[in-house]
Amino acid sequence: MMEDIVHQYLRPKKKFPHVWCPGCGDGVVMNSLIRAIHSLKISRDNIVMVSGIGCSSRAPVYFDFCSLHSTHGRALPFATGVKLGNPKLTVIVISGDGDATAIGGNHFIHACRRNIDLKMVLINNNIYGMTGGQYSPTMPTGAYAATAPYGNIDRPFDICKLAVAAGANYVARSTAFHTFQIEKYFKEAIMKPGFAVIEAMTACPSLYSFYNKTGKGTDMMKALKDRAISIESAANMSPEDLKEKIVTGIFANGDAKPYTVAYQELMERAERSRVDEESI
Amino acid sequence: MLFYKLYKDKDGRKVGFVQGNEACAEAALAAGVRFFAGYPITPSSEIAQVLAEKLPMYGGRFIQMEDEIAAMAAIIGASMTGVKTLTATSGPGFSLKQENIGYACMNEVPCLIVNVQRAGPSTGLPTQVSQGDVMQTRWGTHGDHPIVVYSPCSVEETAELTITAINTSEKYRTPVILLMDETVAHMREKITLPHESEMKLFNRTRATVEPSDFRSFDTRFGDVPPFEPYGNEKGYRFHITGLNHDENGFPTSRQDEVVPYMDRIHRKIYNNLDDIIKVKEWNTDDADFLLIAFGTTVRTCLGAMEKGRKKGLKIGVLQLITVWPFADKVVARLAKKIENIFVVELNMGQIINEVSRAAAGHGKIKGINKYDGVFITPDEILTHLK
Ligand SMILES: Cc1ncc(C[n+]2csc(CCOP(=O)(O)OP(=O)(O)O)c2C)c(N)n1
Ligand code: SF4
Repeated sequence: MMEDIVHQYLRPKKKFPHVWCPGCGDGVVMNSLIRAIHSLKISRDNIVMVSGIGCSSRAPVYFDFCSLHSTHGRALPFATGVKLGNPKLTVIVISGDGDATAIGGNHFIHACRRNIDLKMVLINNNIYGMTGGQYSPTMPTGAYAATAPYGNIDRPFDICKLAVAAGANYVARSTAFHTFQIEKYFKEAIMKPGFAVIEAMTACPSLYSFYNKTGKGTDMMKALKDRAISIESAANMSPEDLKEKIVTGIFANGDAKPYTVAYQELMERAERSRVDEESI
Repeated sequence: MLFYKLYKDKDGRKVGFVQGNEACAEAALAAGVRFFAGYPITPSSEIAQVLAEKLPMYGGRFIQMEDEIAAMAAIIGASMTGVKTLTATSGPGFSLKQENIGYACMNEVPCLIVNVQRAGPSTGLPTQVSQGDVMQTRWGTHGDHPIVVYSPCSVEETAELTITAINTSEKYRTPVILLMDETVAHMREKITLPHESEMKLFNRTRATVEPSDFRSFDTRFGDVPPFEPYGNEKGYRFHITGLNHDENGFPTSRQDEVVPYMDRIHRKIYNNLDDIIKVKEWNTDDADFLLIAFGTTVRTCLGAMEKGRKKGLKIGVLQLITVWPFADKVVARLAKKIENIFVVELNMGQIINEVSRAAAGHGKIKGINKYDGVFITPDEILTHLK
């Protein structure tokens, strides 16, 4: 029996129930995140959780940290301000696939590029949950959505490849089913200086399933298990064989200088160049 | 690289011959701003450039974001850690910031947004003057919300109002907009920055309750809730959201929580108009003609007043230093006693509607409008008065 940790981290005053549908993967992912935070023994007072807008972005309201539920797509720039305002804080960003890679796509690549010290949990359910099941930038070609009644003709992003190409220090992917693996990635990400992103593949049994007949929450969880394949095994497989697969593992684990460190050095240089005004 | 130099005068005050944009940046620094996020746009870029150089000298941080939406988000995030923050932009960028300005209103986040107006709509006349954003500063973001907007007519006043705006934002937990125009932003005049003690800097009120009793938007101490920063080290852990929220910052759609909240955020501004509204009057006692203006056109009005009076035209001038909330009472008083009122604006007629509303049928109100990107002259104003 796993120790009940998540309940120790729920806000004492928050009115429950939460907003998520039965079978939704969002809560499962959050449970792993909380376990990771707990095992790292980070003070609750030192954590700020920042999110955008979407089902997944509702998460911070439930947890006993300082938190900022921002505007759609903008979690990263809000979080950038928090981090630069007080670099001592551990800033964790929660964002959905639509939030992070459609409306917030520009912020995403720039946060990766800057290597700003934020820890991003990108919850990917391949659809817009909150607004009723429209297609997102990660929806597979051919899948159905409220706005793709003839099947989606867009091609999906590979978020991890995007993050690696844009320069993120730490990039990993796992699923809501693989609770221990993802907890490990969360821990590594939080410990890692610089920008870290964990793509958490999850299930939306209400809307994705409504349009694509993928079954109940449990069926979709099982599918996450069956479709997952490690990055090492995937290396020897053909694109054709990988089509239905979810490649899990660590995609980047670098040592680029974090933004706050670079800025601290800049401040020291600037302070040295400061001269007082001459008298007249 | 800086294109101006400040000196110390005999009383130790910083003085210089600087642009409006430079004055804004220097005054912000003097008033304790320690974070700037922005995106370059003419005619506001000098504010960013000065702060990129100076903030890190004084323990502050500067960041050039990927766009203005991000810049607005970043200053809100930084302000939530207790830092005084600033962003500066112009028309197109100001349009992009609107959603997040609403977020700052909704969460009562102190911050200063400088909008150096250029002619629009769209890309418009990027390097030329306009006052076409005055209604956008009031209603640019969606939904009902209060906002405070100041508009300077000189470089010296830009410095003064930057400090006032930061103080207002801290005092009332509200975003404040400094509405400049291209002319004041780029003209050079002398400024004298006040000593720190002369600025009467205001810092947001902090909370004193037990952590278990803390509320993000506590109304028990008045209409302006005490503020606690993220990382407060006092055990205050709280949530904020752009959704309508209760006193704890938790989302709500209960009428008995939404309505009092909306009423309170308006009340905290509208119950303090005497403190917030600033105007200047010249020769309004004996005037037959009243010129009403804001921003740099005030200077032209003063020129027209001087010239006109020499010819026997009794002209008075009213400067709306605080553009929003609108100076209803002052306009109503003057409209009752001065028959001919001219509202001078570098746009097709925006604030004139507010003047008409406040005058409530008194006086003959006409607009003097210019929207060709070229500054208005005293003679142009005088041609309308005959
Ligand atoms: C500027 C703006 N545009 C659109 C919306 C409507 N909206 C809310 S959530 C959302 C999509 C959420 O999808 P995703 O980020 O994938 O999160 P999920 O709900 O699936 O967890 C949209 C389009 C909004 N809130 N703001
Ligand atoms: S709509 Fe989908 S993503 Fe949103 S809470 Fe329900 S199951 Fe989860």
